[in-house]
Amino acid sequence: MEIYLIIMLVLMIFGSLYSLHAKDLLSAVISYGIVGFGLVISFLLLQAPDLAIVQVVIEIVTLVIMIAVIKDTTEKEDKQTARFSQFIYLLVLLLFTIAFYLAFDKISGSLSPFGQHATRMATAYTQGVHETGSANLVTGVVFGFRAYDTLGEATVLFTAVIGVLTILRLKGKKGE
Amino acid sequence: MKGMTIIVRKVTQFIAPIIFLFGIYIVFYGHLTPGGGFAGGVIMASAFILQILANGEILDKLRKEESGLEFLESGAILGFIIIAGFGLILSSSFVFFSNFINKGVIGKLLSAGMIPLENIIVGTEVCAAITTIFIALVVYKDEVAL
Amino acid sequence: MIPFILCLILFLIGLYGIITQKNLIKIIIGLAIMEYSVNLFLIMIGYVDGGTAPIFAEKFHIGSYVDPLPQAMILTAIVIGLATTALLLAMAIRLYRKYGTFDIRKINSLKG
Repeated sequence: MEIYLIIMLVLMIFGSLYSLHAKDLLSAVISYGIVGFGLVISFLLLQAPDLAIVQVVIEIVTLVIMIAVIKDTTEKEDKQTARFSQFIYLLVLLLFTIAFYLAFDKISGSLSPFGQHATRMATAYTQGVHETGSANLVTGVVFGFRAYDTLGEATVLFTAVIGVLTILRLKGKKGE
Repeated sequence: MKGMTIIVRKVTQFIAPIIFLFGIYIVFYGHLTPGGGFAGGVIMASAFILQILANGEILDKLRKEESGLEFLESGAILGFIIIAGFGLILSSSFVFFSNFINKGVIGKLLSAGMIPLENIIVGTEVCAAITTIFIALVVYKDEVAL
Repeated sequence: MIPFILCLILFLIGLYGIITQKNLIKIIIGLAIMEYSVNLFLIMIGYVDGGTAPIFAEKFHIGSYVDPLPQAMILTAIVIGLATTALLLAMAIRLYRKYGTFDIRKINSLKG
């Protein structure tokens, strides 16, 4: 099973690399869809059907909104002007990669190999099915044991809607 | 914004209620099968998005009568807090979100206390929020005057 | 250990997109790729070899489910990621309306 996950991850890496270097904005947004839908298949391979359903519909809504934003602003991007600044950026990225890899090496001493990790609370939550009474364990955790996080998420969604409506407003009401 | 041809409009008239019904099914059975409030809410919103994208020219009516969505969204998030408050008052232990309706047999539709109620409330709120975001970013792109 | 390293590479690609790209839409795409890679990493931590999806049925004993706790946390995080992207796109529309371009080298009227 691990080999299928590696294939999907390699596909997502290629899709994201092409999406950041495309010459046209429409091609960039459509290649961004590769990453999103590859994530859906990865979630199904990791035995998480709840998350696959949520991810596929949210990815479709995101793609529709992005295409509607860029559809009448077609512009190709002009080429990078200075080669020197590009070299500086690549050097910074290389140093960042080395630092990240060293940190990861230190952390991975305490990270179990892929597929053999069991947190301490997992057994407590899987035995909680008789306490909440719901057959879907993930829903029991989201709405039963950790309901405060769901309340916070609803608040964040509400705030984002108010923020979008405020940013796009023209001048205030005249007169009155 | 321009709409689509008449074939697309008639097919949308058949399909969009079925999509809305599927969204309601996923919300209601959220405690037995994968899904729940968030997934069902976004599916219900996509039925509305389909209608808006298909009938383009009739959207001028939307610019005047759009006050239904904000009541739905505000009422849903207020209802969430009120149900949590009921859990505070009506239960023996003084805990905010306690499950005070009795839990039935695991696996039946009427089980799991107040989790189906919370699923319905969150589904309504997510549907209204995503439809509002879509209308504000796609239809009203130039002037939002409310 | 190889899936973890590939997930880290996806995170670094998103970071590279934020640092080096000059178009505003590509910066937003880079941020979204970073969010996806973090979600995937947390789900990969909770995976158990030979486990099944966490839906209660009579024939599975308790020890053979995958971990339901990271799935509950990432369920919230996916919806919040949509809210963040929508807010950034609203700001991008506003900037385009004022300056007429998406290029961040030309949006510089705050200098001096």
